[in-house]
Amino acid sequence: MTADASKKIRAVIVDDEELARQILREYLVPHSEVEIVAECANGFEAVKAISELKPDLLLLDIQMPKLDGFEVLELIGNELAVIFVTAYDSHAIRAFEVHAVDYLLKPIGADRFEAALTRAKDRLSGKKPQAALPASELAAAARPTAQYLDRIPVRDGTKVFIIPVSKLYYVEAQDDYVALASEGKKHLKQQTIASLEAALDPSRFLRIHRSYIVNLERVTRLEPYGKDSYVAILANGAQLPVSRAGYSRLRAFLDR
Amino acid sequence: MVALLAYLMAVTAGMTARESLLMSFPLCLFYACVCLAAWYSCRATPYDRTPAPRFILTHVAGAVIASAIWIAAAKSLGRVFASTGISPGLDSRMPRVVPLLMGMGVLLYLLSVNFYYVLIAVQTSQEAETRLMEASALAREAELRALKAQVNPHFLFNSLNSISALAGSDPPKAREMCILLGDFLRRTLGLGEKSSISLDEEMSLIRAFLAVEKIRFGSRVNLEEDIDKEALGVQVPPLLLQPLVENAVAHGIANLVEGGLIRLGAHCRDGRLSIVVENPFDPDAPRRRRNGVGLANVRQRLAARYGELSRFDVTQQGDSFRVTLALPAQREEATT
Repeated sequence: MTADASKKIRAVIVDDEELARQILREYLVPHSEVEIVAECANGFEAVKAISELKPDLLLLDIQMPKLDGFEVLELIGNELAVIFVTAYDSHAIRAFEVHAVDYLLKPIGADRFEAALTRAKDRLSGKKPQAALPASELAAAARPTAQYLDRIPVRDGTKVFIIPVSKLYYVEAQDDYVALASEGKKHLKQQTIASLEAALDPSRFLRIHRSYIVNLERVTRLEPYGKDSYVAILANGAQLPVSRAGYSRLRAFLDR
Repeated sequence: MVALLAYLMAVTAGMTARESLLMSFPLCLFYACVCLAAWYSCRATPYDRTPAPRFILTHVAGAVIASAIWIAAAKSLGRVFASTGISPGLDSRMPRVVPLLMGMGVLLYLLSVNFYYVLIAVQTSQEAETRLMEASALAREAELRALKAQVNPHFLFNSLNSISALAGSDPPKAREMCILLGDFLRRTLGLGEKSSISLDEEMSLIRAFLAVEKIRFGSRVNLEEDIDKEALGVQVPPLLLQPLVENAVAHGIANLVEGGLIRLGAHCRDGRLSIVVENPFDPDAPRRRRNGVGLANVRQRLAARYGELSRFDVTQQGDSFRVTLALPAQREEATT
């Protein structure tokens, strides 16, 4: 990478409509300081391109195939400046909660685009502080209330896996990560167990231990384990420790 | 009532059974007519909106006046019977029944006042019910009109964005898209006012809609039509199928990287028109918020217009989404 190229702002455009990408491209033509390093037509492509190319700026549509814009953001971290571009004004609050630089509404005006780009440059040059929390935490915080997750996107390198929550057995906390045990294998995701717990439907998922959330449908039985502690046995044979608080929550749920 | 009056008169005035019956029949009849007047005073003093003193005064005064009239009538009737020789000396005994007539008159009058108030209450509640029904019918009609005229604003925003993009790169194409969009919008406006259109008209509306979407989504959007010739003339509610096709694009095709084929079939059999709209979709796609609203609208409109005669089914099989609907096949002659 030459010294000159390193000064350039490297941008990725993500939109499933060719014409929508085209107008963003056109608006960027006069800005020689911005280099478009990739254009993506769906969420999977976007995650792959972003994790490989590590761009500085992301122009991101929300509704598109495979993964929506928020899910993409959740998987790629928040070291980059994000400008949402969408026809829907209803996501604006959520977008700013995940610290988007700006939120452009289609049809996009040139002036409005310039203003957004200026804000993005300010953010990148460090005039505005970056968000301190990981993107997945922010995405979880921005989730509309009373709407629980029905799927969890997970990234492994440049690959993306979608785990439907109904296929989940349990979630285990591992330092800054959570391990999602679903049918087949375990997936690691950078998120705290508390924020994931808040995003899961409490009538289906229960925190049975400081480090474990269990899918209640998968619990086959409870067995005593030593003096006043228990283990939960799941349909796939996994044995999970149940804390005293977890046991009383489980009891309360079973007694209902 | 007649018997009671006759008995009481016989007891208090020493009348014979024949005399008292002779008197009480016409008197009761007469008083019934007098009491009808209470209807007007009841109407004039609604019980829930009249101050209590005025309310009581009105009806007590009414009762006294009515009873006085009654007594006067009884006296003249007595005189008539006495002078015609039917019952000599009856008029001299009349003053003895005055307190009785006064008491009964007031009671009967107040009773009838009571009765009228009940009657008025029943009438008011019935009127309220009718008004409520009329209001709900109007509301439903208004709702249906709103549903018909509904064009998804996001469709417009996205289309305008496409036009804006084309304006820079391909001006003739931008102009073409403006014209297509204008054509579609004009059709939806015109159709919103009609109660029925032919399936043929609805199909050309759908083609106008898809022509716009095709510029947005390019080769991702495709339509395959399989429509009976005789089905084309069947009358359907306007914008019945367009929301289904819009749904197929927004929730089906738009979520597929490669896009897909929307199949629209319409067949006539045994006086019924059955329509199938089928599209591929991604079962793992991110949830969209508007999902289901368009379908629910179509279901409601069918049910409101055809009731039991219509059918509306949604089935998901693998990655295929299918809406099936059936309705009576009415032709233009039949509907006008």
